[in-house]
Amino acid sequence: MYKNPILRICTKILFAPIILFGLYVQFHGDFGPGGGFQAGVIVASAFILYSIVFGLKEGKKLLPEKINLFLLALGALIYGGVGIISILLGETFLSYNTLGTNPQSGQHIGILLVELGVGLTVSNVMISLFNSFAGYELDKG
Amino acid sequence: MITELIINAFLVTLMMGIAISLLKTRSVIFTVILTSAYSLVAALMFITLDAVDVAFTEASVGAGISTILFLAAMAYLPKEEEKNLNSQFLPALSCIILGAILIWCSYDLPEIGLATAPIHLHIVPDYILGSKNDIGIPNVVTSILASYRGYDTFGETVVVFTAGIAVLALLKNTKIPKYQNKSKFKKKVGKNV
Amino acid sequence: MNWIKGNKMISSAMGIWNYWIVFILMMIGLFIVIGRKNFLKKIVGLAIFQTSVFLLYITFGKITGGTAPILTGSASLIYSNPLPHVLILTAIVVGVATTALGLALVVRINSIYGSIEEDDISAQDLVDYHDQNQIFEKINTKLNK
Repeated sequence: MYKNPILRICTKILFAPIILFGLYVQFHGDFGPGGGFQAGVIVASAFILYSIVFGLKEGKKLLPEKINLFLLALGALIYGGVGIISILLGETFLSYNTLGTNPQSGQHIGILLVELGVGLTVSNVMISLFNSFAGYELDKG
Repeated sequence: MITELIINAFLVTLMMGIAISLLKTRSVIFTVILTSAYSLVAALMFITLDAVDVAFTEASVGAGISTILFLAAMAYLPKEEEKNLNSQFLPALSCIILGAILIWCSYDLPEIGLATAPIHLHIVPDYILGSKNDIGIPNVVTSILASYRGYDTFGETVVVFTAGIAVLALLKNTKIPKYQNKSKFKKKVGKNV
Repeated sequence: MNWIKGNKMISSAMGIWNYWIVFILMMIGLFIVIGRKNFLKKIVGLAIFQTSVFLLYITFGKITGGTAPILTGSASLIYSNPLPHVLILTAIVVGVATTALGLALVVRINSIYGSIEEDDISAQDLVDYHDQNQIFEKINTKLNK
């Protein structure tokens, strides 16, 4: 934890643009470099920066552990869910052609949902990894 | 052409220098910083090889998250590596022999940049055409990652999930509870025992 | 005849010398993994090995005169092969997951054994094994009396 006011003010100012950039990279993965993995890591780095500057307790108040674990599992479930929905609609596993009105829009919807699942899982796993390492001695008591 | 060669030579020299310093250094903080620098220079080399998605991922994951995890783990580990007293002749010899065999085998590989090499003609033209016509997405890497090879990406997401769960299981609440025989008996029967 | 063959080897090496650099980096990484005794250094060596393998795969996919595989409107552009890019994207993320798990194991080993040198840990394990054998022998002699 750092008590220096410059670090604290800059972190508070930078937090929102970092998450905005992460969302930009996530949704523009179709048109330029980007996608789920990079966006997940960028969003995680915003939360990790907050935890480093303000302390682990404040970081855990910002993103509680239960929500962290829930979103971690939700990302993988969204990915699997898209595949299962394709089976329920009559096609094979993870075929996006039937998700929309015509095959091209179906592919767009499928890719969007799948990248969302990947981004959720990757960002929450990185935050959880950092919290595990940083909070190790504290838990031992 | 000449500028490409100069940039390539500069980056390659940088990578070799970092790798050789990693061999020689014994201080843990230098090792972590050099690993992060190695990932960053590798990301630059990926850009010169036209792999922009891979460079983005390597810079953010390799030079970002990996360094943070090394620094976080370094807080619990000894700060200096012990001097190596054993003779390192056998590992060095086996690495040199393996390297020589690999270099000898590399004569069979096609030239770097040849447009008629077999891997460029097998299925990739279908993927590029399909990404333009069937899927309608400009980024071919995303369309292959999420649509044509979506099953592999599913496996990768599950691998990342498993790693997160495993690290949680290893590092969270590491106190092993002592088996308190007396207090269990007391709780069952009542306070008068 | 020997010098003609040597000349051909050198001239065909002009197109593949990039591969040699990658193989040398790979061997440096492998030497760090099997030659050093510190567990943290072994994980760092593994990271160097992995990154040089990624370089090898991306070098396979490069086409001279090509550009990044993002489709623009023009029809006559040559794009570099996007398939190795996809494989390496997956491999990078799996690599960081492996590194994180390895670091967690090293931290736990340090908190139990007190050091992360392979010699120290083998010696402590050997002492524990001998102590256990002594206790078992004592119990067996007591039971058999």
